[in-house]
Amino acid sequence: MIDDKDIMFVDEPDLTAAERFYLPQIVDGMKTTIRHFGKSLFGKPMTVQYPEEKRELRVENYRGVHRLNRDEKGRVACVACYMCETACPAHCIHIDAGESPWDDREKYPVKFDLDELRCIYCGMCEEACPVDAIELTPEYSLVGLTRDEMILDKEELLAIHDRTVDEKPRKNPRITGYPNTGNPAERAGSQKEGPKS
Amino acid sequence: MMFEFFTSQFGISLSMMVVIVLILLGVTAYCIYFERKIAAFIQDRYGPNRVGPWGLLQLAADGGKFVFKEDIIPRHVDKVLFLAAPGISMLVAFVGFAAIPWGGQWQVNNRVVEIQVANPDIGLLYILGVASMGVYGVVLAGWASNNKYSFYGAIRATAQMLSYEIPMGLCILVVVLTVGTVRLEGITAAQTGYWFGGILPQWTVFLHPLPCVILFITALAECNRAPFDLAEAEQELVGGFHTEYNALKFGMFFLGEYAHMITNSAIIAVLFLGGWHLPWFSWTQPEATHLWAVLAKVAVLCGKIAFLIFVMMWIRWTLPRLRFDQLMRVAWKALIPMTLSLVVLTTVLLYFDLHRTIWALVGNIVIIVVSMVIAGLLHTPVTGRAANLPTANNETPMTQVRASGVAN
Repeated sequence: MIDDKDIMFVDEPDLTAAERFYLPQIVDGMKTTIRHFGKSLFGKPMTVQYPEEKRELRVENYRGVHRLNRDEKGRVACVACYMCETACPAHCIHIDAGESPWDDREKYPVKFDLDELRCIYCGMCEEACPVDAIELTPEYSLVGLTRDEMILDKEELLAIHDRTVDEKPRKNPRITGYPNTGNPAERAGSQKEGPKS
Repeated sequence: MMFEFFTSQFGISLSMMVVIVLILLGVTAYCIYFERKIAAFIQDRYGPNRVGPWGLLQLAADGGKFVFKEDIIPRHVDKVLFLAAPGISMLVAFVGFAAIPWGGQWQVNNRVVEIQVANPDIGLLYILGVASMGVYGVVLAGWASNNKYSFYGAIRATAQMLSYEIPMGLCILVVVLTVGTVRLEGITAAQTGYWFGGILPQWTVFLHPLPCVILFITALAECNRAPFDLAEAEQELVGGFHTEYNALKFGMFFLGEYAHMITNSAIIAVLFLGGWHLPWFSWTQPEATHLWAVLAKVAVLCGKIAFLIFVMMWIRWTLPRLRFDQLMRVAWKALIPMTLSLVVLTTVLLYFDLHRTIWALVGNIVIIVVSMVIAGLLHTPVTGRAANLPTANNETPMTQVRASGVAN
């Protein structure tokens, strides 16, 4: 409940006699527009001329196309825990889990399909991922000729990792991707060291 | 022989006709380009810049698109009027140029010819008559389209143009009374003197600044330009009177609007800004009649027209559209009383033979001050809604809605 003392009534200021003639007000508005006109004519307009110029993105935060990270051995870092699929509000992630062929984890994704047309790029999957395997990249020019093309599978998502990893290193690999994964005690120790790429 | 023909008044008029129509078609097209550029710059954008250098060929692309689009005539329209309307709208705008004095007189082959298609004794009346025909294009388009929204647009346009023709005519009457002629060449010639020993040219605008501004406002309304573009208010009427038009016919309405702007700017330039006269340059004086002087005069008039068109565009991208009742209020409660008092002022000054003295300017200022006082004292909001605003629990209304509109 808002207190009465917190409410402020704002009255529009009365127009002076000159303002009620309206021409001074119009002249004021025209001064503003001519200032912008001059600024654009002699300076540089705000517009980014897209194909030639590109905006400087904040690589850390930008939510573009997803990627599936690789661990240091080049294997897919995902442990097929379904956290991202559960968190996804658009239901665009589909994982088929299988038994992992490696002994440092139990499961791995046999299939990992991500429908980029359904995706709303909210980044919830990235937040949900316990191993920081799925991440959003600064890539945004994603095009396709068919709907099927826009459903990225595991290999395509890994390929995106390969081409964006230099620009945006894997953020905070906690479980998979550490040298000593599998041992909870050492894992806890390595968490204290902070992020490693 | 050819030179002989083309330097006769008939030859000059004939070639002026051809040249003016051809040049105007190009210039109106480029007006659209500049409109878009100015709009873009005012909004901190680039505007068209993809076709050709600085987007200069955008018009060719747009024109080509207009020409090659399928020309759809809806089944429910009145075909004859539907086809005639864009033509009328453009024709009327172009015909007005016939009486514009472009470059004064040219002395060639021991003859003096007027650089003007025609110099009728009723030049100004002719332009007024032709300009008021402009409403036909809009009305016929709206009527023939047989469509609610088009018809609304046409009705609005009619009411607006009829209302604004009154202050326009009265403003022109002020000039005619001051100058004493309706021949446009004569009106220009009457403004070529100087006041205060050569400091100030005798342009009518320095005698009568108020009618100049009012004429400019009415010109905006006559061209259906923002803030008076209610006839094609996209947000309310889809496209207004040209909703049903596409392809080249739509393009003709477009060109007609811009040609109308040029005509109206030319009238203002001739009536108030001295036409082709530019002070302190010998080439732009009435005495100079050689070819270079003629060209310089044409350039000066074109410059003035270009300036006025720029101001029109500038205003379009500054001001929001008026509501219809505000529009009517501006015309009937503000402009017509002011112009009427201006006419009275001028006639009184004329009676005492003071109409070309400082008293005209003093009278203008008095009228402005009196209108401001009246506008300030009449504190009723022009919306007429503030009194009826619902108040929560009979308490003080949160915001007192103040007057929004025009001086009344």
